[in-house]
Amino acid sequence: MRPFGYLTAPDPAAAAALVAGRPGAAFLAGGTNLVDLMKLGVAVPDLLVDVTGLLPGSIERAAGGGLRIGAGVRNSDLAADPRVRAEYPLLARAVLAGASGQLRNVATVGGNLLQRTRCPYFQDVTKPCNKRAPGSGCPARSGEHRNLAILGGSPHCAATHPSDMAVALAALDAVVHVHGPAGPRAVPLSGLYRLPGGEPDRETTLDRGDLITAVEIPALAYAGNSAYRKVRDRASYAFGVVSVAAALDVDGGVVRQSRLALGAVAPLPWRARAAERLLAGRPATAEWFGRAADAELAAADPLPGSAFKVTLARNVMVRVLSELAGGEPAGDDLAGGAS
Amino acid sequence: MTTGNQTSGELTLRVNGTAHHLRLDYRTTVLDALREHLGLTGTKKGCDHGQCGACTVLADGRRVNSCLLLAAAAQGTEITTIEGLATPDGLHPLQAAFIARDALQCGYCTPGQICSAAAMLGEAAAGWPSGASASLTPETPGPGPARLDAAEIRERMSGNLCRCGAYVNILAAILDVAREEGAR
Repeated sequence: MRPFGYLTAPDPAAAAALVAGRPGAAFLAGGTNLVDLMKLGVAVPDLLVDVTGLLPGSIERAAGGGLRIGAGVRNSDLAADPRVRAEYPLLARAVLAGASGQLRNVATVGGNLLQRTRCPYFQDVTKPCNKRAPGSGCPARSGEHRNLAILGGSPHCAATHPSDMAVALAALDAVVHVHGPAGPRAVPLSGLYRLPGGEPDRETTLDRGDLITAVEIPALAYAGNSAYRKVRDRASYAFGVVSVAAALDVDGGVVRQSRLALGAVAPLPWRARAAERLLAGRPATAEWFGRAADAELAAADPLPGSAFKVTLARNVMVRVLSELAGGEPAGDDLAGGAS
Repeated sequence: MTTGNQTSGELTLRVNGTAHHLRLDYRTTVLDALREHLGLTGTKKGCDHGQCGACTVLADGRRVNSCLLLAAAAQGTEITTIEGLATPDGLHPLQAAFIARDALQCGYCTPGQICSAAAMLGEAAAGWPSGASASLTPETPGPGPARLDAAEIRERMSGNLCRCGAYVNILAAILDVAREEGAR
């Protein structure tokens, strides 16, 4: 690991100014991803500005009935919050599906949104990678790409965003509060991430020195009927192969509204708006859920080794929506149990 | 005001009830501070990337991977290691249960398993759900302990790997203690 300096800052404005004024500086929150990337040599900051003491660490009721989650809230506290569990079960389930008990105790909400891909080429500094070293190439296209993107990738990069939490937040129309060098502003989560295009090293619309201070989720009456289903290579403590966050508003066997987002299939938490549009006013049946999934996945452009994820994503969408339509709690039979 | 150009500094780490004043390179993790600077080698370095759980310690009572926690960022935190779990009166119940159930082979992952399990039982007692919980909401209103069965313990302990594969007896040992505590 390269040597670095370490500072704390009294408030978000001071922290933003410190990082904005020094190209090699980085914010340190829980550090569960950043410290690992520093050990790997992928991240080489020359200064860490520790923001854990200044980020809001509580969850407050927001105007309008939603929740405002401080960026310093630890993942485990988010998943354990009684309001999140009762009103946004898809969010609690998504957080509980990620990482381990130890990591969730430390990882913060703000850091979770900005964690980096686990594409093996990105994490290996002896290999080319357009995201880590722009213009160096992408060995994944002809190499190991079984678990890379099927939606939203580019010839330059097919890495996926690794967060589970962000998938649920995408479905919930979350808004990210940012304190930048010019002051505070709000960014919808749908506008936080960038698709890779020809610049896979630019992952978000944030500027240097922008510090995420809170995430707000609006009230959503039917989010009580929601689920997060994660399919992975082992029963626990693994990154997803496909995940689905869904909330369904059904009345008399007809879908009134839905929220649907996919994880582990795209460079960002993928809001499935084509599927949502198709479902509105349609019968809440497996047949229509399949048509909706097909509408979303029509844009899929997998690599040879990741083509199976298109079928898998369709199947998981149909299953989760079918369970929500039946009023059955979804997501539990695959959530754990096997060792 | 420091400029941030220094790459080491004076800091205080509280470990098992004692404050230690150290001058450390800022790259030093809590794991390396414990093992290389404080002589507390009970905490083990496995993967050093937060993937195996061998380095698990408690930070203000919460289980964390000490390999990913920078010592500088752990100032003001009370660290408890495997050396701090037993009391003069005897072993921690989990230590006794691991011995009684022969819940190890080489023993390298054991300090992390026991620290993790100790905090995990506290999480369940506080009503935290897990990915294996059938319901996110307690059967009775208000906070209450989460019921721990084999599936719950496997899921909640999934951050601790055992390459000897002693999982069957690790599970039995933790279940023993969970039942004892539940009976109290």
